[in-house]
Amino acid sequence: MAAAPTTIPTPAVPWRETLPRKGRVGILSLILTESVFFSIFVVAYVFYLGKSLAGPYPKDVLSTPILNTICLLSSSITIVLAIRSLRAGAIGAFTVWWFVTFALGLEFMIGTAMEWHKLIYHDGLTIRTNLFGTTYYSLVGLHALHVTIGLLLILLVGILTMCGYMNERHVERTDVLSWYWHFVDAVWVVVFLTVYVIGR
Amino acid sequence: MAGSIEHEIPLSATDDLQSLPVLGKLHEWVVTVDHKRLGIMYIAGGLVFFLVAGLQAATIRLQLAFPDGNIVSPQVFNRLMTMHGTAMVFMVGMPILTGFFNYLVPLMVGARDLAFPRLNAFGFWLWLFGSLLLYFSYLAGDGLYGAGSAPDVGWFAYAPLTELPFSRGNSTDYWILSILLTSVGSTATAINIVATAFCMRCEGMTLGKMPVLVWLAVVVAFMMIVVLPPLSAAQAMLLLDRFLGAHFFDTQAGGSAILWQHFFWIFGHPEVYVLVIPAFAFASEIIPVFSRKVIFGYSIMVAASCGIGFISMSVWAHHMFAVGMTPAGNSFFAASSMLVGVPTGIKIFNWLGTIWGGKLRFQVPMLFCLAFLFQFLIAGLTGIMLAVAPFDWQTTDTYFVVAHFHYVLVGAIVFMIFAAIYYWFPKATGRMLSEKLGQWHFWLFLIGFHMTFDTMHFSGLRGMPRRIYTYQPGRGLETLNLIESIGALVQGIAVLIFVINVMRSLLAGEEAGNDPWDAWTLEWSTTSPPPEYNFATPPVVRSRRPLWDLKHPDDPDWKYE
Repeated sequence: MAAAPTTIPTPAVPWRETLPRKGRVGILSLILTESVFFSIFVVAYVFYLGKSLAGPYPKDVLSTPILNTICLLSSSITIVLAIRSLRAGAIGAFTVWWFVTFALGLEFMIGTAMEWHKLIYHDGLTIRTNLFGTTYYSLVGLHALHVTIGLLLILLVGILTMCGYMNERHVERTDVLSWYWHFVDAVWVVVFLTVYVIGR
Repeated sequence: MAGSIEHEIPLSATDDLQSLPVLGKLHEWVVTVDHKRLGIMYIAGGLVFFLVAGLQAATIRLQLAFPDGNIVSPQVFNRLMTMHGTAMVFMVGMPILTGFFNYLVPLMVGARDLAFPRLNAFGFWLWLFGSLLLYFSYLAGDGLYGAGSAPDVGWFAYAPLTELPFSRGNSTDYWILSILLTSVGSTATAINIVATAFCMRCEGMTLGKMPVLVWLAVVVAFMMIVVLPPLSAAQAMLLLDRFLGAHFFDTQAGGSAILWQHFFWIFGHPEVYVLVIPAFAFASEIIPVFSRKVIFGYSIMVAASCGIGFISMSVWAHHMFAVGMTPAGNSFFAASSMLVGVPTGIKIFNWLGTIWGGKLRFQVPMLFCLAFLFQFLIAGLTGIMLAVAPFDWQTTDTYFVVAHFHYVLVGAIVFMIFAAIYYWFPKATGRMLSEKLGQWHFWLFLIGFHMTFDTMHFSGLRGMPRRIYTYQPGRGLETLNLIESIGALVQGIAVLIFVINVMRSLLAGEEAGNDPWDAWTLEWSTTSPPPEYNFATPPVVRSRRPLWDLKHPDDPDWKYE
């Protein structure tokens, strides 16, 4: 196309297309407001590090959730692959990658559930035990809540795809949803570093 | 009827309601996603809460009119001042200002509606029911222990007073949940406004040609997006404390009461600017029209507003000088607080520059603007005084502080809300408000305002403490307090005149026509009230004053911009 020899007068870009897409601006604004919300919980976590009056303390009970992290972060890659397939019109590949994303996210939630089960029943750490419990469950729980919302939305799109409603016209919307999912993953990086690396 | 298709279903659905005209109308307003109707509902709802919270303030002034006042009990007084403060910020200021942005931003950028109309309706209903929840606490806030009805912890609800052992019953929970809901609604609206201004502009309206009001709406929306979450997060923590036994602000388990103060004021101070920047926005539209000049320094005006938005997020701890921070902390927050004065001063000079040499028309909207300029200057000056930490230590929690922030909230914001209502009421309803009643409203409100709030500076310097339900005679406070209370009465009469004015105009106001003020922005190019679709054909603009270009084809603005 760039190598076309004749110069065809290109029509001026229609005004509408010079404006940003409202879905993207909307989701970026949502991500901004959510980021601030999370950062307040991160601040509280860091502020109360080492201030618990009684145990258990982070270094006694926390183990680094490697598998969870790998699963959640790779789900960002699979959702990109899904969107790319959708853009190319390959609904089958899209469906596969979409449900792989869902499965990876679900694994993360199962892992978190198992971790919490261990902390509560084995280590006796609840939200009311000490400041560590208070800040840990609220920060990790807030993130898990966002993963859950993301999973429900992904499942909804998945079900609609299975019913045959998905086509290339929905690229934009599905893409916006994937931005939310990337955001949830990025927050996990911060939570992971705060809770399991710096905080331990 | 059998032959018609498609239309049949919606028509027959409304047919049922047409037998009940009132219900049909109500149904229309409840299901609407039209930005103009939602805007009007925001403003009308906000004005109703303004009357309620204003009556609560009047009761406070009645109690304090004489020493050893006995009209309400201390408990009731605490509830009154908490509800007055909370309602005036979240149920009056926020909805009226977002209501105006709701109404005006799409019209001013030449769009049919906001970017996400259904999200807009969602935000409105969250706000309305959140607000009703706060006042519902009067009926249902008792909770298990019969301790109190409405919230009584002050509008900034300092911990650990709000913790379960000290605030039994559910009144504090009502405070938390109500504001949490309205904050989510406000965030939704903010996202909508940002998306509308960036993505829905009509052809030719580049960012540099947006009306100043739209620019400031974007600044305010960004601020809401960034500053509401700290409050919501802190309230979520408080809920966890109260319901699940967490220890965020529980000082007995090592939690910090100061942390709440930080979180609250990270929200609380920018919130002042969230409320006052819309007032700037109204002034920036009204002053040029009534001075018959273009706004002086458009780009500087926009830049200064962005500057205020940024700087105001780094000044919060000047509310906390009395807590005892480090000298470095005190110095930083004193300096940053004074720094806000610079862009604010720029704006005042820009408005003066707009008025300078203009052909002034002293109609009611302009009168409110002029009073705003003067009063906002005073408010800024006492703000600089309070930014000096040692001065703040002396006057913190006195009526001097009360006077300062009421100078901002009433002297600037309420005055500009009235200006905006007088200015855009003809557009929204097709009827003019009476100029004569408006003059009465303005002058009485001005006199009452200065009686009440000028005097408060002096009673504060004489040591009248804030939030106290009574005071003893013989301390030099009687006369001042009495003047303040009489001023409140005068303001009440002025507001009553305003209500009469609105009612009279709605019933039998003079027809306004499309463009009663000979103004220049796009909303005046459509009918009054505008049709549901706003513009029959999407407008195309070439300058910041599209209507000037239309009215003066020989001397259009776009030649000079």
